[in-house]
This record gives sequence, structure tokens and C-alpha cells, in this order.
Amino acid sequence: MNFWYDPVNFIAHWLTSLLTGWGVAGWIASVIIQLIGVVLLISLMMVFDIFLVWVERKVVARFQDRLGPNRVGPFGIFQPFADIIKLIIKEDITPAGADKVVYNLAPILSMMSVLLLWAIIPLAPVIFGVDLNVGALYIVAAGSIGTLSIIMAAWSSNNKYALIGAFRQVAVLISFEIPMIATMLIPTILAGSMGMNEIVQGQQTVWYVVLAPMAAIIFMIAAIAELGRSPFDLNEAESEIVAGFHIEYTGMKFGLFFAGELLHAFTFGGFWAILFLGGYHFFGLENLGPLVAVIILLAKAMFGYWVIMWIKYTMMRIRIDHMLAFNWKFLTPLAFVLLMLTALMNTLLRGTSTGVYILGMLLTNVLLGWIIVEILRGYSRGERQKTEGVAPATATAHR
Amino acid sequence: MQNDWLYIGLFLVIATLIPVAALVTSWLVSPKKNNPIKQSTYECGMETVGENWIQFKAQYYIFALVFLVFDVETVFLFPWAVSLGKLSLFAVLEGIVFVLILIAGLVYAWRKGMLEWV
Amino acid sequence: MTAMQIFFLIVGLVILGSALMVVTTHNLIHAALWLIVTLFGVAVLYAILNASFLAVVQVVVYIGAIAILFIFAVMLTRKEIRDHGPQLNSGWWLNVIIALLTFGGLLWMLQSWNGFSKTAADFPSSYDAVGQLGKALISPDAFVLPFEVASVLLLAALVGAVYIAFNPHSGDFRK
Repeated sequence: MNFWYDPVNFIAHWLTSLLTGWGVAGWIASVIIQLIGVVLLISLMMVFDIFLVWVERKVVARFQDRLGPNRVGPFGIFQPFADIIKLIIKEDITPAGADKVVYNLAPILSMMSVLLLWAIIPLAPVIFGVDLNVGALYIVAAGSIGTLSIIMAAWSSNNKYALIGAFRQVAVLISFEIPMIATMLIPTILAGSMGMNEIVQGQQTVWYVVLAPMAAIIFMIAAIAELGRSPFDLNEAESEIVAGFHIEYTGMKFGLFFAGELLHAFTFGGFWAILFLGGYHFFGLENLGPLVAVIILLAKAMFGYWVIMWIKYTMMRIRIDHMLAFNWKFLTPLAFVLLMLTALMNTLLRGTSTGVYILGMLLTNVLLGWIIVEILRGYSRGERQKTEGVAPATATAHR
Repeated sequence: MQNDWLYIGLFLVIATLIPVAALVTSWLVSPKKNNPIKQSTYECGMETVGENWIQFKAQYYIFALVFLVFDVETVFLFPWAVSLGKLSLFAVLEGIVFVLILIAGLVYAWRKGMLEWV
Repeated sequence: MTAMQIFFLIVGLVILGSALMVVTTHNLIHAALWLIVTLFGVAVLYAILNASFLAVVQVVVYIGAIAILFIFAVMLTRKEIRDHGPQLNSGWWLNVIIALLTFGGLLWMLQSWNGFSKTAADFPSSYDAVGQLGKALISPDAFVLPFEVASVLLLAALVGAVYIAFNPHSGDFRK
């Protein structure tokens, strides 16, 4: 193996021979090498997180027809460093009556639950943390630790507005987990495995967004709700409850929540790319080398992150009862119907040629989407007639 | 001792240490001038009105219950989904029956008005 | 003592210690949080045994759903969440003696069991545990009937929740 085509194993072998040459036992050497890999991956992610703060501020500025930070460094690229220095040197105010241990633990757990997700992302065919064969459920497990940190943060702040914000946020988070898990089942069916590596490898011929476009849309909606971003951002409804569950957090603790949220958004952009947009596949370009594959995946993740930001800065916040009704009365039944249809069509079309398979799955999704749109049109027509009292045709005739 | 989870365990430890390092850095360099005004509860700059406890809606608990039932259901569906590629149509129909029974439960809860946020 | 055994002992002590804290702490929310530590310890045990699916299911269902349900229930019921009454029973020394005797009896029965020094068998690396579980869940001579009955059980739980929350006097839900 050479360095260009298999960098991780090359460096691991070199380090193993170096360490065993010094007399270290075999398994201790492997643990040390894994530790070095973990530290490297996490450090890269934290550095990327800093870069994401700049991206976020520039993009929101452009959406709002202004320039964004452009003083500190060329194009304002050193702005996040100034932000971090400011957050570190701020005084750490703990409110009276706060539960000290839980109060300090909450931002750490929030950041940890986001960083844990990067262990299973396949950056390239040979560069990944660990090929866990239960990757899809692992994502949900890490998300549930994040949910827990929100409750801990709000309860330990001893502030009733924090509790209101956190309870609404947790209700939304747990509700939207169901359509998210149900749509994650669809790439699992199509790939035959829960592991992220196998799902990406299953998309070698055609991306799953072609086979299941509705699943991609539902996953994106559920993921935006899971992130707590607009239009589902009850946790930081700035005009309503100031800052939601992190009202009483100052300085670097708030910085951890904020940076954790941005990294979480980018990570879910990455998962959208892995599950539906083909991961590091790009018409054979990824065979040039693992570093090219990493760049392709990060570009797709950035595209997913841009879609999330686009929706955030364009749409208005949705009310809590509308959100929950949207989830339990529309998204959940739709996700399960889509799951049943996909499973059925996958088994019926399994033996046919690739073209017929792709066309069949695509047509199923389009048909389901059309039926849903017709149902919604009929429903909204009924609602409009109830509020307006007359049928539209007679209204125009009486003009 | 080749275990995937050893890597995840190391990841957990390091992912906890890095935010702790950030917080320790902040604790070392930040000023510490506490006074009771700063530590009072924040309520948009005013004195707090009423007790520090509010009556929560029972509706949160109902949604958590419904979520629990559907969470367990989707967890059951994962082994079914993984092995679907190698199985017959009968297996697909069994899974569909499983999902339909729970969709019936959701429709029942919907019709009984349990999913309202009054 | 191999590293695995030491690690298992540590995890076991964490589980037992946090379970003890669940029942002895004064604050109800702290009890819920210690319970989460216990459940996470059990998930770590599953992970040590290479039962990946069970480990993530433990975290997703127990910590992500049931523990959150506990916390909601605690916060919705009472304003007073600190327990001020006596923490121990009046005849607690008798209970301690009975518990120690039971533990001694169990130790004496198990001392001749050779399971303490056996290590768990390693899985072949290509063993598809989740796939085998899926095949077992739907094959007619394995577990398809419990699989379908499980969904009926979940439906019963949902109907039960609706019934409990439904207030027949006002025809609506208790607030």
C-alpha cells in the first residue's frame, strides 16, 4: 500500500512498527494509534467548527442583503477567532439556586453528543473512524444524549423561561425523531445494512435521492426540527423567550452550545449527503484518491448545510401546536406509508434490470407525492370553504 | 480485543475532554467578580414575578408516551429492514402488518383527540 | 486479571453505585439523572460483549425515551421535589442481615461454577448479527408470532394511555 491510496493504514502500520520496535506490547500500540486517530479527527472537527461560524455569518448576511464580517482579516475570515477570544475572557456567571454539577455538565454533554457523530462518518472508502454495523441507530442514540442535555441545562438554570423553552423544544425533538428514524429505514432497506459504509457503497450506481426523493425531503424536514433551527427553533425564539434553555449561560458555556449547534447542523448536512446524495461518490471521481473523496463528501455536506441555512433564513417560525400537528398528523403517517411502499416495491422489482428498478421506485415516489398534494388540496379547499362560507365558483359569478 | 466499541469509547472520552479543556481555559482567564445582582434570575431585566415554578401542561407527557410507543416500533423495524433484501414477499407483508397495526393505533389516538395541543 | 475483566469490574461498580444513588438521593431529578447513568452503564456492558444492536437500542429506547418520560413525569407532578422524610425504614438492620445472608447463599452456590473464569467467545468478523435477528423475527418457525404480538402489545399500550388520559366527565382530557 502506498500513502496516496490508503493513508490511514499506511500511517498506522508505520506507527505500529515504530512502537513495537521500541518494545511496546501489540495491543497497547493499537490502542495508542486509535487514540491518535481520535484526537486528530476531533481536533479537525473543532477547527472546522470555527470555520463554520464564519460561513454562517457570511451566508446570513448575504441572505439579508448585507456584507457580514469583513474587517478582521481578508473577508473577515479571522472573525471567529475574535469571537472565541471574547467568549473565553467573559466572566462566568452562575445564577443563584442553580444546581452546580448539572449546570456545568449540560454544555459538555451537548458538545459531546455532536462530536460523537463523527466517529461513524465515512469520509472516504478507506478513511473513517469505525465501521459500526448499527450506524443508523447510533445517530439516534447520540441525538438522544443531546436531548437530555437540553433538559439538564434548563432545569439546572432555575429559570422558568428556560424550562418553558426546553420543554417545548424537547417535545418537538422527540416528536420529529419518528419520521427521521422511519426515513432512515429507507436507505437501510435499499442498501441492506445499517452501517454508513455499506449505505454509501450501495449508492455506487445511483444515488438514493433518485430512488426515494420523498424520503430525502422528509429526512431534511425532520433533521431541521431535530437541530432546533428555524423554522422549528422554539429553543431560541429570540422574540419570545429571549434565549430559551440557555438563558442563564454565559461565556464559553454559551459558546459550546452555539458552536455545537452549528456543528450539529453541518453534521446532519453530512448525513443527508451520506444517506441520500451518494456520500463520496461523484461519477467515478472518488477513485482518484481518498483525499479527493474527502473533499467531495465535505462539499456535499456543505451543500446540505447551505440548504439548512437557506430554509432557516427564509421561513418564519412555526407555532408549537402547528409543529406537533404537522408531525403527528402528516409526517409520521406519510413516512410510514412511504416505508411500506418502498419495502413492497423493492421486493417486487428486485429481480428486474437496473433501469426498470430505478424507474419503478422513482414513479412510486412521484405517485405518492402527487396523491399527497391532491389530499392536501382537497383539505385546504374544505378549510377555505369553512372560513369563507361560499364556494369559489359562485363568489366570482356574483362579482 | 478487536472491538469497534473501543474506538467509540476513546471517542467518548476525548469528546468529553475537549469541551472540558475549553471551559477550564475560560475559568482560568476570566474575571471573577460576583455580586448578588448578577446572580439573580434573568427575566428580561425586571424582578421576577411569581414563583419559580409553573404548572406544566399534561400534554407534554401524552406526547412523550406516544413517542415511546412509536420509538419501540421503529426499533423493531430495523432488523426487518436490514434483512429485507434477502427475503420473500411474505416477510415484507409481515412487516407491513406490523406497521399497519400501529398506524391504526395512531389513527385511534388522533380520533380520540389525544394529539391536540389545547 | 485481563484488561477486559478490570474494565467489566469498573463498569459494574459504576452501575451498582449509581443504582444506589438513585434510591438514596433526596432530589427526585437527581434520582432520574443517576438512573440515566445506570442505564448507560448497562449499554456499555452490551458494547463490551459486542452486542452492538442491543447497546444502541438500550440508549435509544431507555435513555432517549423512558428516562425522558420519567423526567417529564417528575416535573409534571409536584412542586416539592425534595423528599424530606426519613430515608431509611425503621427495621433497616434486619433487612441488611437478610440481604447479606441471601448474598452469601448465592456466593456459596456459585463458587463451583466455572463461568467466572471463562471469557466470552469472539464473533467471526463477518457475522451479521442484525441480519440474523431480522431473519429470525420473520421466519414462520422462529419468532414471527412474538413479533406481531409485540405490535399488538404496543397498540394496547397506546389505547391504555388514551384511556387513562381521557376524562369522561368533560369529554376531553384532564389538564
